[in-house]
Amino acid sequence: MNQLMIKFMADLQAGLVVTLGASIITLIFSLLFGTLLAIGQLSKYSWLRKLATIYVEFFKNIPLLVVAMFFFIVVPLYFIPINGFTAGVLGLILYTTAFIAETIRTGLLSIPKGQKEAGQSTGLRESEIMREIILPQAFRVVLPALGNQFVDLIKNSSILAVVAAGDLMYHGDLIASNTFQTLDTYLLIGLMYLSLTLPLSYLMRYLEMRLAWGYQPKRFSLKLSQLEWRKKSSRKELINNETVRSLHLD
Amino acid sequence: MKKVFSLAVLFLLSLLIAVSIIFSRANIEAEEQIIFWGVPIDTNLFGYYNIANGEIEGFDVDIAKAITHELTGDEANAKFVEVNSKSRVPMLKNGNIDAIIATMSITEERKKVVHFSDVYFNAGQTLLVPEDSTITSLDDLGPNDVVLAVKGTILADSLRKIKPDANIIELENYAEAFTALESNQGVAMTAEDVILMGILAQQPGGYKLVGENFTEEPYGIAVNHGQEEFLEAINQALIRIHENGTYEQIYAKWIP
Repeated sequence: MNQLMIKFMADLQAGLVVTLGASIITLIFSLLFGTLLAIGQLSKYSWLRKLATIYVEFFKNIPLLVVAMFFFIVVPLYFIPINGFTAGVLGLILYTTAFIAETIRTGLLSIPKGQKEAGQSTGLRESEIMREIILPQAFRVVLPALGNQFVDLIKNSSILAVVAAGDLMYHGDLIASNTFQTLDTYLLIGLMYLSLTLPLSYLMRYLEMRLAWGYQPKRFSLKLSQLEWRKKSSRKELINNETVRSLHLD
Repeated sequence: MKKVFSLAVLFLLSLLIAVSIIFSRANIEAEEQIIFWGVPIDTNLFGYYNIANGEIEGFDVDIAKAITHELTGDEANAKFVEVNSKSRVPMLKNGNIDAIIATMSITEERKKVVHFSDVYFNAGQTLLVPEDSTITSLDDLGPNDVVLAVKGTILADSLRKIKPDANIIELENYAEAFTALESNQGVAMTAEDVILMGILAQQPGGYKLVGENFTEEPYGIAVNHGQEEFLEAINQALIRIHENGTYEQIYAKWIP
């Protein structure tokens, strides 16, 4: 496996860059559009609800390969030329948007109605309520699921191999069929994907610990936040406080 | 009652597994004569799945049947397994198939991994372009012209040896490469001349082969390392089918 890596280092690096690039572009756009769609699915206008729901249901339920192939083969045939990378990324964006919309919708639905009513009674506009009150809370709730979607996104970017976009999996296929060392090659490719997804997973867990609403597993030990340090020290002061001791509150 | 039920299910399951193992063992021992050939199913003229009669048909398939007839006395002992350019060598090494006969070119690289029989067909690599294309040979390909090839074949490497600056993208199989050509994802598709002729035969028109063959691709039957007797038998069978005219018949039937 080491020789493979050394011999094909240039190809693998190029593939890694393409995979990373495609994933980041898709992440940005699908997060943006997914949020808009999620809000749309819960809007008070029924036409917007219907439109958003149709989009989400459609792209959630067809295979990613079909979408990617559509942009790679059908669109250049009848409309405008699209190269492999663009076709793959477009497919990824459309597909991932649907899933992220569903995820964020879950978060939006979990916010108690009281928050929205409070916003309305304070005189905020609908868009402000969504932007300042509901969305920030929704994101914190849904962070674990969103992290899941991001890791899925990196794995799904392997679809670029089928539309010849020069990503990691594409180069892996070529190396495997040229050297006939199928096990070693795909093991190496798997490890390289892991090197992308594992750090992302850890990052998401860290964010969860800092931001997530609800249960946080204490055993995932990173540097304690400032707040928790202050809490710890203030508890010691409390215990030393005579009033607390006399009331047996410690 | 629940416990008895789950125990019963467990017992039946293990019985089922045991029976299937016993039966499959029996099958393996009874069918020593059967030869599993890895053939393509998407390459017109060599190995193509005919939906109408549910059979794989083509030059490679018929040669395999003829060799099986020479080796075991009965064509029906040839069993065909679908392979593609990516999966054929792994399947051979795993033992899923006994031999590969799938438009596989003999190269030094591949000889390190499998053993090849004598050459059973000579092809050459060439280019397929749309009818209105101005490309007439390799020299007309500019640095921005994308050439379509197929993963797992020697096509891309051969082309790069002759034209190192060629811009090649590789698709999953010949059909997809041709579809990509139709969508103008590339200006030309490269493949062996006979395979391209097979693709052309299925099209109403609009495409043409251009230029001379720029490589020679000798096809061979691939067999795993350690099967020297089998390989020798295949070579002998090849000689016999050349001698008794079977090869001529099959060639005339399939090669335009």
